[in-house]
Amino acid sequence: MCGIAGLIHRGKSSNVGNELQAMLQALKHRGPDSTGYALYADNDGENFIMRFKVGENVGEGSSSINEDESVYDKRKELVDDMLKNLGAKVLKEEKLTPYSYRYEMKYDDDLMDFSKKIESIESVEILSIGKSLELIKDLGDAKVVLDRYDLGKVTGTHAIGHARMATESGVDIKSAHPFWGYPFSDVSVVHNGQLTNYWNNRRVLENKGMRFMSECDSELIAVYLAEKMRNGATLEEGMKDSLSGLDGVFTYFVATKDSLGMAKDTMAAKPLVLYESDDLVAMGSEEIAIRSILPHEIDTYDPFDGEVKVWQI
Amino acid sequence: MANLKTTEKKTKAQSMGLHSEVLTGKTQQKFFNPDEAENFYYWGTYDVDFNKRIDLDVNDLDCKEANKKIDELMSQGYGTIVIKNPQGKHSLGVGVLNKLNLIFEGSLGYFGVGSIDGPTVRINGRVGWSCAENMMAGKVVIEKNAGSCFGAAVRGGDLICKGSVGARTGIDQKGGTIIVGGDAGAFTGFMMQRGRIIILGNVGINLGDSMYDGTIYVGGKIGSFGSDAIESPMTKSDIDWIKRKLKVAEIGENFDVSKMTKVVAGKKLWNYDALEPTEKKGAI
Repeated sequence: MCGIAGLIHRGKSSNVGNELQAMLQALKHRGPDSTGYALYADNDGENFIMRFKVGENVGEGSSSINEDESVYDKRKELVDDMLKNLGAKVLKEEKLTPYSYRYEMKYDDDLMDFSKKIESIESVEILSIGKSLELIKDLGDAKVVLDRYDLGKVTGTHAIGHARMATESGVDIKSAHPFWGYPFSDVSVVHNGQLTNYWNNRRVLENKGMRFMSECDSELIAVYLAEKMRNGATLEEGMKDSLSGLDGVFTYFVATKDSLGMAKDTMAAKPLVLYESDDLVAMGSEEIAIRSILPHEIDTYDPFDGEVKVWQI
Repeated sequence: MANLKTTEKKTKAQSMGLHSEVLTGKTQQKFFNPDEAENFYYWGTYDVDFNKRIDLDVNDLDCKEANKKIDELMSQGYGTIVIKNPQGKHSLGVGVLNKLNLIFEGSLGYFGVGSIDGPTVRINGRVGWSCAENMMAGKVVIEKNAGSCFGAAVRGGDLICKGSVGARTGIDQKGGTIIVGGDAGAFTGFMMQRGRIIILGNVGINLGDSMYDGTIYVGGKIGSFGSDAIESPMTKSDIDWIKRKLKVAEIGENFDVSKMTKVVAGKKLWNYDALEPTEKKGAI
C-alpha cells in the first residue's frame, strides 16, 4: 500500500521536519516498515551535503545480512580516502547511527563519476547529495526515524516523505524511499504503487550508464527522471513522459532544490489528496495527512488521471 | 431450466412483495420462512424524532467509537445528529440503517457513510475514496469534492456531490442515482449494472467501460467512451427526469439539460439472455 506525503511553503521557510513527521505518522497504517524523509533545508547553499550509509539496518525479507559494527568503521575510512583522492574537502562530518553518516563538503567536479567511485566501496551507498537536500530513511515509523536522526529541528521550504509497506522487496534501508535522483544533486522521489515494466526499463537505463542500488521498482522513477534530465529535458517534461514510459499504477512526488511535483498514472489507481493555497501546497495519500498540519476546514481535491503538476518555492 | 410454479397459499413473505413464485430445483435458493417472525426484524433500526437534535464532537474518537456513539444516540431517539470535527477520518457514519438526519461539519476520509439504508446525510466538506459504497437508500449530499470510487456499488437512493469527483465514479453501480455538479475522472460508470449517473461537467477517459446496463448523462466533454458504451438520443422523458432530479439536488439550476449526452450499454457484453426472468432480476 504505502503512504506518501509532501509539502511546499512558497516564499518562506518552516519547520518541515516536524510537519512531515506529523503527515507521515498519520499515514502509518499504510506503511509501518520504514519511513523516509527528503527535507530541503535552510543550508547555506555553498557546500554539498552527502548522506551515505556503510551498512544496513536489516529487517524482514532483506537480501542484506547483519554485520559486525567493526566493519563499518573500516568502510568509512575507505570513503574518507576516496574523498581525498577525488579532491573533495570534508568540512564537517557527523556519525548519525553506526551505519550512516552526514558529510558537509566542497566538491566541484562531475557527480556521476564521484558517486560511482564512492559506491565502488563494498556496501557503501550514497543516500543523497545536494546543497539543500537532506535525505534520511530507516526502519520504523515517522516518529522513530525523526527521533533517531534528530530531524525535529530541521527548517526548510519543502519536503517529501514516504511510509513504506514492503511488498516486492525486503525491509531494509536500500529499498526504502525516498530515492535520490542519481547523479543529480537535490533530486528525490517517493512513490506509491507498482511498476510492471521495471526490468525492461532497468536494462535499458543500465546500458546508458545509470545506476540502481536496490531491487525496489520505485527506484526506477528516480533513475528514469534523472536520465531524461541528463538528456536536457526539464523536470516537468520528464514527468509527463513518464506517464507513458512507466507501466503500472503509480502516484509519485519528485522534488528538486526549488520545486515540488506530482504525477498520477492514467488509470488514477492510486490515491492522492491535494491542498493548494497561495503560500502552501500540501498533499498526501489520505486527507488525514493534510489534516495533521492543517486542522481547520480547508478545500481539498483529488487530482485526475494522468495529471502532472509542478510548484516552485 | 428452472421449474417455476405458483404457490397455492399466499405466504407472509409474498404478501410483502418479496417474491411471487417458488423456484424449485435450486438448492442454493433461500426464501424467508413466513412462520419465523424474527426474520422480518430489521437489525439496527430505532424510532427516532427528527426534532430531537444533538451535536457529537468526534475529534478525540476513532471511527469505531464514533459510529458506536451514533448508534447509541439513535437508540436514545435522536433523529438529527450533527458531527463536529470529523477531520478526514475514515469510515465515519457507516452502516446507519435508519431514517436519520446526519450532518457532518467537515470532511470525511475513506469509506464515509458506506452501507447505509435510509438516512439523509449532509457533508459540508469533502469526502475521500468510496463514499457511500453499497448505499441501499437515503440521500447523501456533499458540498465540496469527492475522491475516487464515489458511490461504488450503490443499490439505491440519491448520492449528490456538488463539486468534482475522482475516477471510477459509480463503479459496479446497481441502482439509485449519482449526481455530480463538477467534473468526473476516468472510468466513470465502470461495470455499472443499473441506475443512473448525471455529470454536469466533463468526464475523463473510458466512460462507461464494460457497463452492462444503466444510463450516464454528461453535460460537458467526454474524454473517450469505454468498451461497450454507446451514445443514445436524449428523450423528453430523460430531460424531464434530470430536471426533476437536479431540482431535488439543488444544483444546476440554469443548466441546459437538453444538450447533455446520454450514454448507455451497447449490450455486446450482455450475457443474461439465456436465463430465466427471475434469475435475470437477481443477476442485475
